[in-house]
Amino acid sequence: MELTAEEWLAVRLSLEVALRSVALGLVPGVAVAVLLVRGRFPGRFLLDALVHLPLVVPPVVVGWALLMLFGLRGPIGAPLHDWFGIRLVFTTEGAALATAVMSFPLIVRAVRLGLEHVDPGLEAAARTLGAGWWDRFLTITLPLMAPGILAGAVTAFAAGLGEFGAVITFASNIPGETQTLPLAIYTATQSPGGEAVAARLAGISLALAVAGLLLAELIARRMHVLLGRV
Amino acid sequence: MLEVTLRHRYGRDGFGIEAGFTLPEAGVTALFGPSGCGKSTILAVVAGLLRPDFGRVVLDGAVLLDTAASVSVPPERRRCGVVFQEARLFPHLSVASNLRYGLKRAPPDAEGPGFAEVVELLGIEPLLPRRPAALSGGERQRVALGRALLARPRLLLMDEPLAALDAARRAEVLPFLARLRDAARLPILYVTHALEEVDALADRLVLLQSGRVLAEGSVEDLATRTDLPLAARRDAGAVLACTVAGAEDGLTRLDFAGGSLVAVMRAEAVGTRLRLRIRARDVAVATEEPRGLSTRNILAAEIAAISPGSGPQEVFLQLAIGPSTLLARVTQDSVSRLGLRPGLRVWALLKAVTFDHLGGAR
Repeated sequence: MELTAEEWLAVRLSLEVALRSVALGLVPGVAVAVLLVRGRFPGRFLLDALVHLPLVVPPVVVGWALLMLFGLRGPIGAPLHDWFGIRLVFTTEGAALATAVMSFPLIVRAVRLGLEHVDPGLEAAARTLGAGWWDRFLTITLPLMAPGILAGAVTAFAAGLGEFGAVITFASNIPGETQTLPLAIYTATQSPGGEAVAARLAGISLALAVAGLLLAELIARRMHVLLGRV
Repeated sequence: MLEVTLRHRYGRDGFGIEAGFTLPEAGVTALFGPSGCGKSTILAVVAGLLRPDFGRVVLDGAVLLDTAASVSVPPERRRCGVVFQEARLFPHLSVASNLRYGLKRAPPDAEGPGFAEVVELLGIEPLLPRRPAALSGGERQRVALGRALLARPRLLLMDEPLAALDAARRAEVLPFLARLRDAARLPILYVTHALEEVDALADRLVLLQSGRVLAEGSVEDLATRTDLPLAARRDAGAVLACTVAGAEDGLTRLDFAGGSLVAVMRAEAVGTRLRLRIRARDVAVATEEPRGLSTRNILAAEIAAISPGSGPQEVFLQLAIGPSTLLARVTQDSVSRLGLRPGLRVWALLKAVTFDHLGGAR
């Protein structure tokens, strides 16, 4: 199976965008999950709803909202561009941001599940042994919720490979910049005689997804041994 | 010294606690009472894991909690080592790392037994590289004891540490608890609803019922009080501090303040201090010195008091033998038939074989 340089570019770009989106979303995802599970503050339900919005809102609408916020004249996009020279619309970074927003609820849900499996009694024990908040979070809570974090990262990565609507709306369909696999497949189906290209790229998509799942399973098993759950 | 006062209510009309007591410099004080009497709540308040509606906790002059002054030292700075019912070892860390968790976080100037000493004391050397999942229940609890002690606490709190174990595991861990108590030289607050553990470990007893302190005092003193719910138990009776004095004819002689007893052969060496619970239902009295009896222990005593028993036709006799007191459970009928009354000289009869119900070494 021969891939053209352009098709390779789409594969590499997809991997890059998905990876960047996970890198972008993981730390805030963990923070929000901790807030939602352990936090007791007014507006918790509002935060919960806000986080889950991308799951229910059409991706195109998410892309549009990002365009409004991060566009060159948007309330966030303008200062970013004017003060730091950062432009997100129609760039790879923008594609990663759009993907991150779309997969954010997936990360939060998985991390939350992982955190709900951590016995608060262990944290209380760590407290009585002299560990402050950050200390026990880093030494007890975080390692014990690691399987949830991993599951969230892998799911978000796999979903990120396939993000379409938000990316094409916010970052457009620029080969080598923002044209990820699904966008390339879409472009191929729209061009005459592109069926063979579309089929090849679809095959690659499938292979990547399966490889990702297998890898996640392997790491999860390792992790359970490491965490003393066997 | 630890001083505790607290008042707490769960919910608006829920269960309420109003209790206060003090702990001496060292030794074990048992918080004893039925399930749901509030003992674990009190322990959680002292540890700082629960904030009561009102409370004051002072340890060696340092205020840990004073709701009136809005003072509440967080648990991580209270230096109260806690041993929970379910060990709560960190599953992702080895036994050695679990043990060192508190040690690493203890203030550098805090004094206490070292790592090797604690490992030796609890016999957990072979377990060090293992993960908690690979330990038995008894082993886990021994590691939890070590972990709490190695955090160099100023006070040890134990929340029914043996309650989750079966009888065999309890018997395995109990001697280690006794060794830890003797090595720690710390005040220990021990929550339990098992009288054997009180007999084996505690010096003082705080008796709780429905969130109130019914009585506090030495285990020996409270055991012979017939006005407490302790007297209604099947195993109600006096607790005597004894010393193993010698062995003869397959029997062991035990000295106590005011006399001596023989018991079936004990494994302990001469000089070992033990505590015996002599159940009131195992003690009989005679008004004349009996002869031709198989009973080995016939002790001269004086009836100090006669008080109502737990049953309608029963009474408790408090028998003074020197400075010690025994409790005997007899029927009202025997009292009138024998003309028993306070001040009467009698003979207390105890079969040697009745000492199978024993507290641990002290």
